[in-house]
Amino acid sequence: MEGALGWWGVLIAVLGGAVRVSTPYLFVALGETLTERAGRVNLGLEGTLVLGAMTAFATSVLTGSPWLGVLAAGIAGLGLGALHAVICNLPRVNDIAVGIALFVFGTGLAFYLGKDFIQPRAEMLPGLALGTWSDIPAVQSALEISPLFLLGMALAFFLSWALRRTRWGLLLRMAGENAEAGRALGLSVPRIRLAATAAGGFLSGIGGAFLSLDYPGNWNEGLSSGQGLMAVALVIFARWEPVRCFWASLLFGGATALGPALQTVGITSGYYLFNAAPYMLTLLLLVWASSPRETLAGAPRELSISR
Amino acid sequence: MTQPATPPEVEIIALSKQFGTVKALDAVSERFRPGCFHALLGENGAGKSTLVKCLMGFYRADEGAIVIAGRERRIEGPQDVQALGLGMVYQHFTLVEPMTVAENLVLARPQIPALIDWDRERAAIARFMEGAPFRLDPDAPVAALAAGEKQKLEILKQLWLGRRFLVLDEPTSVLTPAEADDVLGEMRRLSDTGALSVVLITHKFREVMAFARTVSVLRGGRHVGSATVAGTDEAALAGIMFGEARPRAPADRAAMPPAPPYLEIAGLRARGDRGTLMVRDAALSVAGGEVVGVAGVSGNGQKELVEVLAGQRLAEAGTVRVGGQPFSGGRREIRARGVFLLAEEPLANAAVRSMSVMENLMLRRYDRAPVASGPWLNRRAMRQLAEELIARYRVRSAGPEAPLHTLSGGNVQRTVLARELSEAVRLLIAQNPCFGLDASAAAEIRAQILEARNRGAAILLISEDLDETLALSDRILVMSGGRIVHETPAAEADRYEIGRHMADATPTEGAA
Repeated sequence: MEGALGWWGVLIAVLGGAVRVSTPYLFVALGETLTERAGRVNLGLEGTLVLGAMTAFATSVLTGSPWLGVLAAGIAGLGLGALHAVICNLPRVNDIAVGIALFVFGTGLAFYLGKDFIQPRAEMLPGLALGTWSDIPAVQSALEISPLFLLGMALAFFLSWALRRTRWGLLLRMAGENAEAGRALGLSVPRIRLAATAAGGFLSGIGGAFLSLDYPGNWNEGLSSGQGLMAVALVIFARWEPVRCFWASLLFGGATALGPALQTVGITSGYYLFNAAPYMLTLLLLVWASSPRETLAGAPRELSISR
Repeated sequence: MTQPATPPEVEIIALSKQFGTVKALDAVSERFRPGCFHALLGENGAGKSTLVKCLMGFYRADEGAIVIAGRERRIEGPQDVQALGLGMVYQHFTLVEPMTVAENLVLARPQIPALIDWDRERAAIARFMEGAPFRLDPDAPVAALAAGEKQKLEILKQLWLGRRFLVLDEPTSVLTPAEADDVLGEMRRLSDTGALSVVLITHKFREVMAFARTVSVLRGGRHVGSATVAGTDEAALAGIMFGEARPRAPADRAAMPPAPPYLEIAGLRARGDRGTLMVRDAALSVAGGEVVGVAGVSGNGQKELVEVLAGQRLAEAGTVRVGGQPFSGGRREIRARGVFLLAEEPLANAAVRSMSVMENLMLRRYDRAPVASGPWLNRRAMRQLAEELIARYRVRSAGPEAPLHTLSGGNVQRTVLARELSEAVRLLIAQNPCFGLDASAAAEIRAQILEARNRGAAILLISEDLDETLALSDRILVMSGGRIVHETPAAEADRYEIGRHMADATPTEGAA
């Protein structure tokens, strides 16, 4: 059946994979966008992602409710995000260094607390079958869409709107573009950044919940393959704009799905090479984004990398 | 916005403030009547900023009292005085560049609605602009405004918030003369109607004489004189401002024989940090024994031009020739052709703050005898050379081993000057060489630059201080929007003519 579709099968599998795999990228990228638009870089979101995955899985195992797991993952992420912000609010602390420390701390904590959850199976998040109109199994499986993906998509458009149309959007952007202006207006920039970083952590935690509660639905220490770090490159590529983060996540998701999709039509020779596609993409984007001629247009001006 | 329509009377009584061992403010008293236009005149470090920062609630005074609208006030923070209708416009813009004029105004409101109805906000802003002294397009992004318009927006922001007592801290430092006259003229008109009190912090006599009604002078944290502008003149004010320490007069300008161009730049293009084309087909030349001054509002490509000349930035197109040969800024070329650089903010751009004075002095010489001895450094030779330079250029420090960042701004600049001028200089590039220095340190550095010229060096002076450019240059160029748009011999230069050329700038990356 798969073979009958031929290259169409590859395309459908890549598109379906793009939708499926993009979800964690999307949530971490949105979280990082919020953080960076407020003027901080949080490199610890990979750790947040892994801790979120473990927390979500453990909660689902213990309570039987995957949605409670999603919430718990968000709260765990919120905690790590708030910790990052509180430490960075101290004088002479570098946000990059704190991020790396929290990356290691988050993954370490997840591995330590997650030891007991490697075996059991948890209640998974139900997928929405949007492909029942088709008889082709490949199409049906590609359109089995996670509710978290839809949530993330809606969130991207909402955040884009909210950054322009709400008070907190305005304050967040001000904190990221000109902290001095905030001080002159008598606003507390550290507090704005605390809220933004904590909210960013919350979203990244939810991204982690997807990793453990969507297909295949288990917890192990190799669950994340660096999506949390690649999402930082993705944010630069998306020029700090939530809706563009959504499209860029799909691109990264598609790149990740390329290897497995080619395998379905029997192309296995370059399997590992194709699996490296997202990393190659990250590398290319970073080279492009840091070219001396195209430096960081659109970057929030308070970021330590753009000052 | 429930603040009084007329400005409050403000009185400062015997305010003192100590920073460490330095008495920044020593029992200063001042009274600002409603509708005043009062100038606070003084050099850098005279205490002007400290005084208004105490008034505005940024610092807590050690002693003294502040009386606003007839009552003594305890001021805990800026919001306390803001509530009484006092506002401050800072020397550096506090605008959010990527946002629009309207967004910046809404952002300034004490109560920003959770959900912003932009149609309503725009209507309110349009109504406010009707009666405002300046008009700006609410939908224009701030990054696209000229410096003068940004300054107007800062003032509009204060009026929008209902402030009736404005402190302007060196408001014209990045404006052209015409923009400065426009802004200060409107402020004066508003104060004449009694709708606004203005306190102008400045070190420019011209602004005091042209716009203020009363003036007081601070020196070393003390109030040393007051006058009505009508009853005084520049010479009298300068006498009070500098006291005994009159700045040294610049060296004489020796008549120099015409020389061929030593620095030639043609068709130069370079991009800024954010990818905008900042230098657009700039062309200029400087001959030996000539000071060519480049005037312009900051952010019009001067920084990028200097960085290309210094070898810190790649040019996209164009040629730079020094002494008739192509020049790319490599160390060997720099030495062979005697190219030296006085960068702006030397502590950040031309020196290593944690290294000692001696080490900083050796940065041009460490790879040559006698400092270099094989692969090692000869510390004895370094020390001897450093002591010699420290004495010759009167660098005041705790000794050659003192880390550079422990020195005052003037002495850091003298250290860099000693390094850059002590060898055979054939081309000197000086960018805002006196920025932030007090008058006597600035005068000394200007004298050194003129002496280098009199010894036959070609000097490219890039300065935002038009007075400095007028005083030092033989020829003046105006840089605007990345191009050289105007050229005039200094002898025939007219500051308003120059200002007009400075003003037609293409908006840039934002100089803040």
